[in-house]
Amino acid sequence: MNTLAVNTPYTVPVAMMDVLQVTLLVLVAAGATAVVLIRARVRQVLMLSIYGVLLAVLFLAFQAPDVTLSELTIGAVLLPIVILLTLAKVRKREQ
Amino acid sequence: MQVFPFVVVAWILGVGLYGVVTSRHLVHQIICLIVAQSSTYVLLLGVGYVTGAVAPYYFDVPNHTPAVDPVVQACALTDVVVEAAVTALLLSFAVQAYKRFGTLDPQELAELKG
Amino acid sequence: MTPSQRRWIFLVVGTGLAAFYLWGLSGLPGFGNYPGPYGPAILRIAVAQTNATGVVSAINFDYRGFDTVGEEFILFVAATGVAIVLRTLRGERERAAVDEAADRDVPPTSSAVRMVAVLFTGPVVLAGWWLASHAQTDPSGGFQGGVMLATAFVLIYLSGEFLVFKRFSPADITEAVEAVGAGGYAAIGVSAVAMGLAYLKDFLPLGQVPGAVSSSGTIALISFFVGIEVAAAFILIVAELLEQTLLIRQGG
Repeated sequence: MNTLAVNTPYTVPVAMMDVLQVTLLVLVAAGATAVVLIRARVRQVLMLSIYGVLLAVLFLAFQAPDVTLSELTIGAVLLPIVILLTLAKVRKREQ
Repeated sequence: MQVFPFVVVAWILGVGLYGVVTSRHLVHQIICLIVAQSSTYVLLLGVGYVTGAVAPYYFDVPNHTPAVDPVVQACALTDVVVEAAVTALLLSFAVQAYKRFGTLDPQELAELKG
Repeated sequence: MTPSQRRWIFLVVGTGLAAFYLWGLSGLPGFGNYPGPYGPAILRIAVAQTNATGVVSAINFDYRGFDTVGEEFILFVAATGVAIVLRTLRGERERAAVDEAADRDVPPTSSAVRMVAVLFTGPVVLAGWWLASHAQTDPSGGFQGGVMLATAFVLIYLSGEFLVFKRFSPADITEAVEAVGAGGYAAIGVSAVAMGLAYLKDFLPLGQVPGAVSSSGTIALISFFVGIEVAAAFILIVAELLEQTLLIRQGG
């Protein structure tokens, strides 16, 4: 049954979009818990990068491609770089 | 589905705050602050969503197609970029604190004087 | 205060906060039933009024341009703050950059990383520039494009050494570019005032076709300035942190 509220070549039925959004929300919640619970330094930064990608896909499912681009470049690339540089500086003094 | 995204927002915020409160390392605390901030992006986009609508860009769909709210997207967009710069500032404070006091444990740093 | 005491206090207060939040949640109209008049009102008039098909960027740089000026200056101040906080303190000395390879006990960068970084630098610069100049057409904008441009410079560091990165982005030129970006945005607004219009009013010709690159007046111009300012700010931040890690040493 065609349950498209808006008829363009890009929209999918509302039920499919609902399932997609619920799945992504559950994944994002699990990712956030994982980021907080991991205590090893570099592994946590890697998990933060994966969390950024999950968040970007969630924003795409919320019909916001601009915010997706921002979150992808910042949360998955630039923030881990800056945090890893800080960790390198701190660890070098510890040796 | 009516309230599930907002419940997830509350969960992410709570988890992030738990990480900030019970952290033993300043960099871990800053990462948990990033997670707590990301809950506000989800909240902003969740408030403006219209069921069955498209993204508010009209270069390939006809004009006046029902779209989601563009104002909250504009807010979230600048939000993401600016918080990254503020996080970098926080990290540079952490670096200088380590040089000065020799420790990055927030519960020890709170007791040091001068 | 012991850690378990901390945890208990957090659980009690957190439950109170969650109760408040859920009480406030009951007043929302539910996910997907956005009622508010502001969004649909802008969607109705945006394309006709500004000749820009990217409504989000039109809001960012035209309808709510004043907020974006404020946010951009937050970015500017944060980058300046990083440069100030990470200055060389009393009791430290900066090593000469040439002998940094002598006592490094880390393995040299693998050639796979170097090759991939070199291959990707050009396309990333192109993609960032395209994003920064197409704000009025599709999901692009100054902020995203600027961050991608900054990433290209980090790729230069990955594909070579820190010295190469420093040669490509000397500190005074980066700071000057950042100032030009931030000042340019404010100057566009002030020049609108000089013409007798409101601050940041769209006064350049709007173009014929909605969504073309040369359409929508000041929106495209502002997005370009924001792009170079964001790129310069993030390059400055990464350069400061790299200097801290590689060059500045205690003692001496």
